[in-house]
Amino acid sequence: MMPAILILGAFVLLPIFYAVFLSLHKVQLLGGINYEFIGLRNFQRLFTDARVGIALRNTAEYVVIVVPSQTILALVLAVTLNSGIHAQNWWRVLYFLPTVTSSAVLTLIFMWIYNTDGLLNDFLSFLGLPTYNWLGDPSVALKGIMIMNIWSTAPFYMVIYLAALQDIPQRLYEAADIDGANWWQKFIYITIPLLKPVTFFVVAIGIIGTFQLFDQSYIFSGGTGGPNNATLTVVLLIYQTVFRYLQMGYAAAIAFLLAVVIITVTILQRQLFGGERG
Amino acid sequence: MKTIPNFPWLKGLLYIVIISYAVITLIPFLWALSASFKPLSEIINGEPNFLPRHFTLDNYKQIFLQEPLFLRWLLNSVLIAVSVTGLNLLFNSMAGYALARLRFAGRNFWFFLILAVLAVPAQITLIPTFLILKAVGWLNSYQGMIVPSMVNATFIFMMRQFFVNFPKELEEAGQLDGLNTFGIFRYIILPLAQPALAAQAVFVFMGSWNNFLLPVVILFDPEMFTLPLGLNTFKGQYISYWNYIMAASMVFTLPALCIYAFFNRYFIQSVTFTGGKG
Repeated sequence: MMPAILILGAFVLLPIFYAVFLSLHKVQLLGGINYEFIGLRNFQRLFTDARVGIALRNTAEYVVIVVPSQTILALVLAVTLNSGIHAQNWWRVLYFLPTVTSSAVLTLIFMWIYNTDGLLNDFLSFLGLPTYNWLGDPSVALKGIMIMNIWSTAPFYMVIYLAALQDIPQRLYEAADIDGANWWQKFIYITIPLLKPVTFFVVAIGIIGTFQLFDQSYIFSGGTGGPNNATLTVVLLIYQTVFRYLQMGYAAAIAFLLAVVIITVTILQRQLFGGERG
Repeated sequence: MKTIPNFPWLKGLLYIVIISYAVITLIPFLWALSASFKPLSEIINGEPNFLPRHFTLDNYKQIFLQEPLFLRWLLNSVLIAVSVTGLNLLFNSMAGYALARLRFAGRNFWFFLILAVLAVPAQITLIPTFLILKAVGWLNSYQGMIVPSMVNATFIFMMRQFFVNFPKELEEAGQLDGLNTFGIFRYIILPLAQPALAAQAVFVFMGSWNNFLLPVVILFDPEMFTLPLGLNTFKGQYISYWNYIMAASMVFTLPALCIYAFFNRYFIQSVTFTGGKG
């Protein structure tokens, strides 16, 4: 039973202490590794670095839009599927498809759809709506990633909601019928409150996942976070700081900043939902 | 099943919602599939025709002939994902069982530690992991990909929760029959833990198969690339040859889709399983 602890030790605990150590040093990687103790200067630099601000803002904007959208979409889809339609299982299998597809593949497919003369713009102009340069225009590039990820992760949460919906005792709805409640009232007063623990779970996982956005912006921008830093996320910035600018210590400091943000938001969310699951 | 009033228009509306979302789910896949059978001229043309006018298999021929590494990437991905999954199942369940049942020095301390590890985002340990792998010379190798992901705190925790609620009588019966701890684990615990193990296997496999961050950091020799990384390089080489890129994407997606087609029940069950456990 010890191997697990050994490996966790070597690749989780040791790295955490190592990361603390790194974040307090200026690290140079020229052949060997050189450490120079600089105290908290890496952390001070966080506050003056414009790109840290941009990455945080992009990531926050992404979380604030994607988490509620995917949660609501997942709930709507789950309720629709659970309303006694035919072949429920087949629809579920079909909807789940994007979730099992590699993010690299999905990103490439969407990059092509987002092309200036791609499918999405064809569709928009067909409807008489304005078209965009989805990949090259800083004002919409991040939106493109948002749409793609809402589309690809909502089905995952839908499956969780669907299971929870099927656990709600039927007699509650029957009692409400006797009291003359309509469909909407039953949804608001029975379904939503009983789903609260699941919603807590879905939102918590959603927040943690969205804050770590990396693959999609890396592939979208070829690793640059462009156009004009529009798709620069915190994790992408960490990656760049390590492998482009070779500043391991500073990158570790950014990683700690991200950890603090994620943990703070998760705790806040817990407070907001008023305690734990029932 | 939740009963919805039998207004025909409402029923119709439900089906419209369900079918439209199915279309939204499928369109990107179908569009990519159709592009992979089109010649480049037809793609540049920009017409939104889903059925290729000049059906061709040249794109597939081209990528297999021009990219001899294709099969190699596939092999790398399979090898890494299968090893990571197998090792995770073994170590996580052993550690989970130890934490749930065995008495050993510092058990509570280890449990607390694993809970703490759960809260630390992977980005913090990424840079130290890179440096550690560099120090032991495992960059750009299979060990480098496999060993750091061999255990997972989330699933140790999940397995512990699962084993804690396990009826003790079964293990006591095993003891009476003369089994030692390992025998009990092997012949009684593991067979009964199958649903938990299946859920874990699905998640670990998908995570490893689609992982982008770890390989992008530690693999640099094209021979060692995994599929997502290979695909990204491929895109870099054939920038606007969307016919080749889409054909490659389809080749990459197919194995995952086949697995999903056969095991979709387990995929969906596993999502439900973890969701329910919260």
